[in-house]
Amino acid sequence: MNYEDLTLITHKMRENILNMIHTANSGHPGGSLSAVEIVTYLYFKEMNIENPTDENRDRFILSKGHAAPVLYSALMEKGFLDKGLIGTLRQIDSKLQGHPDMKKVPGVEASTGSLGQGLAISNGIALANKYDNKSNRVFVLLGDGEIQEGMVWEAAMLSSHYKLDNLTAILDHNGLQIDGKNEDVMKVEPLDKKWEAFGWHVIKADGHDFNSLEKAFEERKTIKDKPVIIIAETVKGKGVSFMEDKAGWHGKAPNADELDIALKEVGGDK
Amino acid sequence: MAKKATREAYGEALKKLAASNPNVVVLDADLSGSTKTVEFKKVCPERFYNVGIAEQNLIGTAAGMAIAGKVAFASTFAMFAAGRAFEIIRNTVAYPSLNVKIAATHAGLTVGEDGASHQAIEDISLMRSIPNMTVINPADCIEAEKAILKAAEYVGPVYIRLGRAAVENIYDDSYEFEIGKGVELRKGTDVTIIATGLMVQKSLKAAEELEKDGISARVINIHTIKPIDKDIIIQAAKETGAIVTAEEHSIIGGLGSAVLEVLSDSCPVPLKRVGVLDVFGESGKPDELLEKYHLTENNILQECKNIIKQKK
Repeated sequence: MNYEDLTLITHKMRENILNMIHTANSGHPGGSLSAVEIVTYLYFKEMNIENPTDENRDRFILSKGHAAPVLYSALMEKGFLDKGLIGTLRQIDSKLQGHPDMKKVPGVEASTGSLGQGLAISNGIALANKYDNKSNRVFVLLGDGEIQEGMVWEAAMLSSHYKLDNLTAILDHNGLQIDGKNEDVMKVEPLDKKWEAFGWHVIKADGHDFNSLEKAFEERKTIKDKPVIIIAETVKGKGVSFMEDKAGWHGKAPNADELDIALKEVGGDK
Repeated sequence: MAKKATREAYGEALKKLAASNPNVVVLDADLSGSTKTVEFKKVCPERFYNVGIAEQNLIGTAAGMAIAGKVAFASTFAMFAAGRAFEIIRNTVAYPSLNVKIAATHAGLTVGEDGASHQAIEDISLMRSIPNMTVINPADCIEAEKAILKAAEYVGPVYIRLGRAAVENIYDDSYEFEIGKGVELRKGTDVTIIATGLMVQKSLKAAEELEKDGISARVINIHTIKPIDKDIIIQAAKETGAIVTAEEHSIIGGLGSAVLEVLSDSCPVPLKRVGVLDVFGESGKPDELLEKYHLTENNILQECKNIIKQKK
């Protein structure tokens, strides 16, 4: 799939996300929109996954589970999940829980939402795959605020200790968390030195540029005996002018007027 | 009789599982010599994973292993499994009902000399409050080994509570363990002692002493605290009219509370709880601690005598 086709998918992804969160009247647009290109690239270019139950599929773990709409949206565009469910996010009796529930949605590989746990889960899958001599890879998306959780670093140690070269973490580095900027709430920099110190190979990328993402994922393939983290620079709320780089849009739904403007901007209504 | 700790039985069971079940993996957090998972490592190092001193990571990694199709046994001390990793167990293991077996050793006061920081007396309460979780507290080594082998067959999360201190066997090899099924160990008509873990042995001795005073005490072993065997409890309440529970655990939230919940729903009768009285423990020898914190056969015996006076 070429970059133009991928870009068209991102339009649909953003439209789905905005419609889901607007209908739910709650949810997390900022961190869902910042991850759109990363998740699109994974599902439509990088990962080997033609159906959500295939034994040999690559797996994606959304550690920053509050970005559930970006995952549901990818599963919908992939054809794994009924698009008619868009209006049911966060509603009673819906499969689309506020945070992903692996028992309710085929394609959700782990129930996440409580931050800091996805890397350990991914390690477990990667260890099991290695033991079974399976070539399946594991990709895990972390938030930059999320890595303030201590458990992330317990897991980071394990990934390199066990030389998990079938594991790739992607850090959605949008710089914001609920209470404001990372650097004001709790500094997470220097990210590259931290991850390198924990035994990881670090690759930097522009998280909204497919060319940059492709280079990063191709470089990843050349790294053996090590876990790799792609630190993807992103913009929270990407694609919607009034949401971009605003911490206030971490967990707030757009109203009807805001939705209209937003949908025009993301190109999804074309 | 030779005494052995239930954690020893865990090591024995893991050795059997290493040979019989290629899907079993074992994870430990730098306590493999104490938890006895080292027995698995000796015979099956390729399926043994040390995660370091990182209990949240222990449970999270085990969850991933289960997602990938493994039967994941995760071990550390009960304090750090049920306590420190509680939220990972709740959200990442139990919520999606993953096939993780948390075999937690060194539970209760009988950790002994390490003192209050290491004495988990809240773990049953914590674990049984989580939906989807099965909670097993074996009384002796025979029961512990059979429980672990059954837990490996069962699909879903299980918390198995094991002890550091050596205990006498009450069962022989012919014993058949069934998850969720209480065991009547002694018939009786005046009062029922419902016990779990190492308090089962003490309850049997208390019942023998009571018999000398002409009191007929039934003894029931509740090895599975969740799902609890309601029938055997209700039947005992109806037939004996009074209950004493006994556990090496806080009287808040453990076996005593679970039995009270069953009875208040179905058949309220006078009930006394023998357990740790909402206080922290301290350093000491296991027997000294059981004595000081009122977890002896004499405490059970006295409560039986007290409760019989309250019968209608």
